[in-house]
Amino acid sequence: MAGVDWTDSTVKAAGIRLHLSRAGRGHPVLVLHHETGTLDRLPFYDALAQRHEVLVPHHPGYSRSERPDWMRSTRDIAAIYRGLLSELGLEKAALVGLGFGGWIAADMASMAPGDLSHLVLVGAMGIKPPAGDILDLAVTGYIDYARSGFHDQKAFDRVYGAEPSGDQLEMWDICREMSFRIAWKPYMYSQTLPHLLGAVRAPALIVWGDDDKVVPQSAAKRYLEALPKAKLEIVKSCGHCVDMEQPEPLARLVTDFIGRE
Amino acid sequence: MHLMYFTEQPMSAYDEQAGRDFGATALMFSNKHFDPVAGSRLYNNYIEQYMLAEEVGIDGIMLNEHHNAPFCMQAKANIFAGILAGMTKKVKIVLLGNPLPLAENPIRLAEELAMIDMISKGRLVSGFVRGGGQEQLATGVNPAFNRERFEEAHELVVQAWTKVGPFRFEGTHYQHRVVNPWAVPLQKPYPRVWIPGVISKETIVWAAQQRYPYIALNTSIEQTKKIWELYDSVARQTGYQSGPENRGYLIQVHISDNDEKARENAKQFRWMQGEFTGLAHPVWSTPSGYGSPTNRRAFVEFAAGRAINPRGNTTFEQQVEDLRIIYGTPDTVVKKLKRILEETRPGILALWGNDGFVSQADSLTCIRLMGQEVFPAIREIAKNLDLKSPWEADAPVHLRYSTDLQPAAKAAAAE
Repeated sequence: MAGVDWTDSTVKAAGIRLHLSRAGRGHPVLVLHHETGTLDRLPFYDALAQRHEVLVPHHPGYSRSERPDWMRSTRDIAAIYRGLLSELGLEKAALVGLGFGGWIAADMASMAPGDLSHLVLVGAMGIKPPAGDILDLAVTGYIDYARSGFHDQKAFDRVYGAEPSGDQLEMWDICREMSFRIAWKPYMYSQTLPHLLGAVRAPALIVWGDDDKVVPQSAAKRYLEALPKAKLEIVKSCGHCVDMEQPEPLARLVTDFIGRE
Repeated sequence: MHLMYFTEQPMSAYDEQAGRDFGATALMFSNKHFDPVAGSRLYNNYIEQYMLAEEVGIDGIMLNEHHNAPFCMQAKANIFAGILAGMTKKVKIVLLGNPLPLAENPIRLAEELAMIDMISKGRLVSGFVRGGGQEQLATGVNPAFNRERFEEAHELVVQAWTKVGPFRFEGTHYQHRVVNPWAVPLQKPYPRVWIPGVISKETIVWAAQQRYPYIALNTSIEQTKKIWELYDSVARQTGYQSGPENRGYLIQVHISDNDEKARENAKQFRWMQGEFTGLAHPVWSTPSGYGSPTNRRAFVEFAAGRAINPRGNTTFEQQVEDLRIIYGTPDTVVKKLKRILEETRPGILALWGNDGFVSQADSLTCIRLMGQEVFPAIREIAKNLDLKSPWEADAPVHLRYSTDLQPAAKAAAAE
C-alpha cells in the first residue's frame, strides 16, 4: 500500500476545538470512531485514504477533542459534525460510522437527509436491538470491554498490544465518561432514530461482523428496515470492530460501495 | 459529645461460597442468594437492637443505605428512620445518609424527611451522601453527573424545606414547575445535615463550605487528622473557626464481656472478604466520571489489576494496630477510644458495633455495654477534652445561619 500522508490539526466547530486527522484525495469520507475513541493511525484509515479524502475527527469529549460539558446526546455530536462539514465546505460527504460512530452517522443522516452521498454503518449502535442487548460499558472492565470487540484476540493484540498501556487505559476511561454523559439512558440507543431514518435517500451499507459481541446482529436487521436504500454485508470470522480486525476487507467494501452506488 | 450506635445491617444469611465462586458480592452477585425468610428475621433483629440502644441511653442511631449487596440490608434508610420515628422516644435518628444523586425527585425526599422529623418530634439528623459507584449502577443513575446532582438536589431539598411554596425550580438536572410540599420539617431552620465520607477531598471542602459537620467513616487516625486539616483551612477561608462540633467519626468497635469473644466477633468486621463494601469489580465501585479526575490514572491501573486499591486494603491485624478496629471489654475499649478522642477531637462519635455473623445475643450485649459502660466513660472524657456536639456548641445548621462570621466571609455567605 502506498504511504499515506496524514495531517493533524485542531479545527473549531460551534466553538469546540476538535482534533482532526486528514489524508488522501477524492470523494470526502467522514469516518466516525467507536465509543472507545480511536488510535491516531489505523490500517483501515490508510486503506480508505488510497482512494478518498478521509477525515477522522475525534468526537467532542473523546480522545484528543475538547469536552463540552453541556453536551447531553449523540445528536449534539451529530449537529457539531454537521457544523464541521459546513465549516470545511464539504458537501455530500460519505459518512462511515464505526459502532458508536455509526449512531452519530445515522443521526447526521436523519438531520440532513439531502446532505450525504453514502451512509456506511459498521456494527452501529443507536437502535435498540430487537433481540439481545448492547454490551454495557459500565459493568465491564476496560480491557475486557475492548477485547469483546474482537473475534480473534490476536487482532486485538496487533492493534493495542497484549497489555495496553496506562495511557490507553486512561484514554478509555475519558471516552467512557463521555459516553456516560451522552448515552446513559436509554443506553447507547435512541427510541426515535429508527423512525427518523425513513427520510434518508442516500444509499446505505450496513456491515456487521458475524461474531459481534457488542451490538447484537439483530440491530442490523432493524437498520435495514428503517433505511429505504440499504443493504447488508456480513464479515465472516470477525467481531464488532470490523475496522480494526479486518481493515482491508472493510475498506474494499466501503470503496466499492462508494464507487458503485 | 453525641454518641451513636451503628450497624451496616449485614445480610449474612447467604451462601458465602457462592460469592467466592462468582468472584463478587456486590452489584451483579445474583439475588437468588437472598433469602427473604432470613431477611425478615434479620430486619426484626435490627429493630430489637435499635430499641435496646435507646433503652440503654445511647444518644443516636445512625442509619445508612446501600443496594444490591449483602453487606447492608437497608435499601432505603428512610424506611427504618420512619419506623424508629414512631417506635422510639428519645434517640436522634441520624441518616448518614440519603444518597442525593439517586433521587429522581428530591422533593419527594424532602417530604419523607419532613414526615420523619415531625413524627419523631424533631429528632431527625438528615445526612446526605453521593452514594457509592455501585449504587449509581444499581439504580440506573448516571455516575458522570454524580457530584452535580448531589449539589443540585441538596439545593432543592433545602429550598423545599425553607422557602414558602409554591415556587418553581429550574436546574440543570432537576426541573420542577411546582414545588409546594405539604410536609415541612419541625426543626427550624431545618434538621441538622451531616456529611459522611471516606476519601473525596471535594466532599470535605463542600461540607466545610456549608458548615456541615463531616463524618469520617472508619478512616485511620492519620487520615482523619488530614481530613480535619483540610476542613479547618476551608472553614478559615469561609470565615469561621471549626471545632469538635464540625467533626464526626465512625469506628468499628465490638464490645463484649470477655476479650477473647470480643476478638472473635471483631474479626467479623472483615466478613465481606476483607472489603467492607463487598467484593466488586473496580469499574463498578468507581464508574467513569464518578471519581475525581485527579485519581483517574490510579483507578484505571487498579481496575486493570496493575496497582493496589488506591483506597487501601489492609489486614485485620493492621486495622487493629491502626485503631480502625477496636474490640474488648468496656475498659479496654474506653482506653483506646480515649486516644482517638485526644488525637482527632470529634464532637460526634458513632460506634459500628456488630457485623457479619455476630449473634443477636452478642450484638445486644455489645449495645448494652456500649450504652451502660462505654458511653458514660466517653462522656466524661469528652467533657474534660471539651468535645462539644453541634447541639452543645449551639452550632448553626448551615453557614448562612452563622452569627460569628469574619466580615469578608459574611458578605459571601449572604449571597
